[in-house]
Amino acid sequence: MGGAGSMWDMEAARAALPVVLSGFGITLLATVLGFAVAAVAGLAIALLQRSGGRRLALAVGAPAAFVRSTPVMVQLFAAWVLVPGLDPLVLGVLVLGLHYATYLSEVYRAGIDAVPKGQWEACTALSLPRRRVWRAVVLPQAVRKVLPALGNYAVSLFKETPFLSVITVNEMVHEASAFGSTHFAYLESFTLAAAVFLLASWPTSLLVRRLEARLAQ
Amino acid sequence: MPSDHVPGAEKVRFDRVTKRFGDQTVLDGLDLTVAPGERVTLIGPSGSGKTTILRLLMTLERVTDGVVHVDGEPFSHMPSGPGGALVPADERHLAPRRRRIGMVFQQFNLFPHMSVLANVVEAPRHVLGLDGDEAAARARDLLGLVGLADKEDAHPTRLSGGQQQRVAIARALAMRPELLLLDEVTSALDPELVAEVLDVLRDVADSTDITMLCVTHEMGFARDISDRILMFDGGRVLESGPPERLLDAPEHERTQAFVRSIT
Repeated sequence: MGGAGSMWDMEAARAALPVVLSGFGITLLATVLGFAVAAVAGLAIALLQRSGGRRLALAVGAPAAFVRSTPVMVQLFAAWVLVPGLDPLVLGVLVLGLHYATYLSEVYRAGIDAVPKGQWEACTALSLPRRRVWRAVVLPQAVRKVLPALGNYAVSLFKETPFLSVITVNEMVHEASAFGSTHFAYLESFTLAAAVFLLASWPTSLLVRRLEARLAQ
Repeated sequence: MPSDHVPGAEKVRFDRVTKRFGDQTVLDGLDLTVAPGERVTLIGPSGSGKTTILRLLMTLERVTDGVVHVDGEPFSHMPSGPGGALVPADERHLAPRRRRIGMVFQQFNLFPHMSVLANVVEAPRHVLGLDGDEAAARARDLLGLVGLADKEDAHPTRLSGGQQQRVAIARALAMRPELLLLDEVTSALDPELVAEVLDVLRDVADSTDITMLCVTHEMGFARDISDRILMFDGGRVLESGPPERLLDAPEHERTQAFVRSIT
């Protein structure tokens, strides 16, 4: 056993950096696309549960609750087996996106519930059509109220993208792992990957917190 | 009941309307008729059902029993078929009729994420189908009427309560309602802001023939604009009459006590 100096190989780290960064592109892509799926599908779930009557609410709510309470890793494996032939990245984005959609639907629901009753009544008094009530009055206010929560979930989804490696997506941790095994430099490659995660998610969290403070005013 | 019911010339008629919330009866077999263009003020202790009358007309509540008529036809109900029995109205029945009714709320209920102008433009544009320029022109006229022409780009949260309520009045008028419901529109305001709102409403009353139903504790205002004042108690009309009679020489002791308590 040597000291830290002998464990950390600067040469290996230098060689690992471009490999890790190339994986970061995929990670970022999976995050953006996954969160887009989550944001849209989550809203759809929230709206269906809210305005579609009791049967529809159950038909949407039960699967959502199931997805929410099982691990995303298991869901990825299950999808991998059940839906063969789909590009792993596409499959991963869909699974991760739908998984988060079940959380975001609850966030949207809280935001919708937080819109005061008087806003709905004003819409009725003005005879605004239902569609317009949602689009122009309720959702803009609801989303504004939950923007920080949505931001936190985006960061959280970002940090769960390494799960995509289990279905062979070449995201950052997958690349770090591959580099580590061929050059026997796991410490360097994984440390770099961790550093990139930190550098990306820490400022984002700060941004979310500032947004939160601004909206609280 | 008041004898000023002119057959065939009624804007609003409550026909034995009962409204219950749980086991609490708020309106108890109420009969009430309002003529076109008439200004009627509802007074009475809180919980006496005044606000519920406005909320039933605005379809924010549904009647428990009885029928609300507007413009001489059933409003809360509709015929189940040609010549059929009356059944509770569905949205298809309510939508075109509701458009002729406007309401101003105690808490203003402006859309906080929209500018003042956007608040007033919203309904003419998306309910009446006016194009953007027409709707904006109409909104600017009304903002001028309520004395807020210079605030069209402001956000409601930046305005005083009195200004917000004036925007809300402009927003309601933008639909050109035939019936305007005013639900304690000055109750949430600081005392020094009450006058500016009431002045605007006096203007509206003087310059239009909109039928107005008004719940208020401002007796000076009620006296100025009302053709008739109704005193409510326990979900029923205790007495009614022109302002001078009802406020200055009420018949019932409860009316006397109530009028004395708020003036």
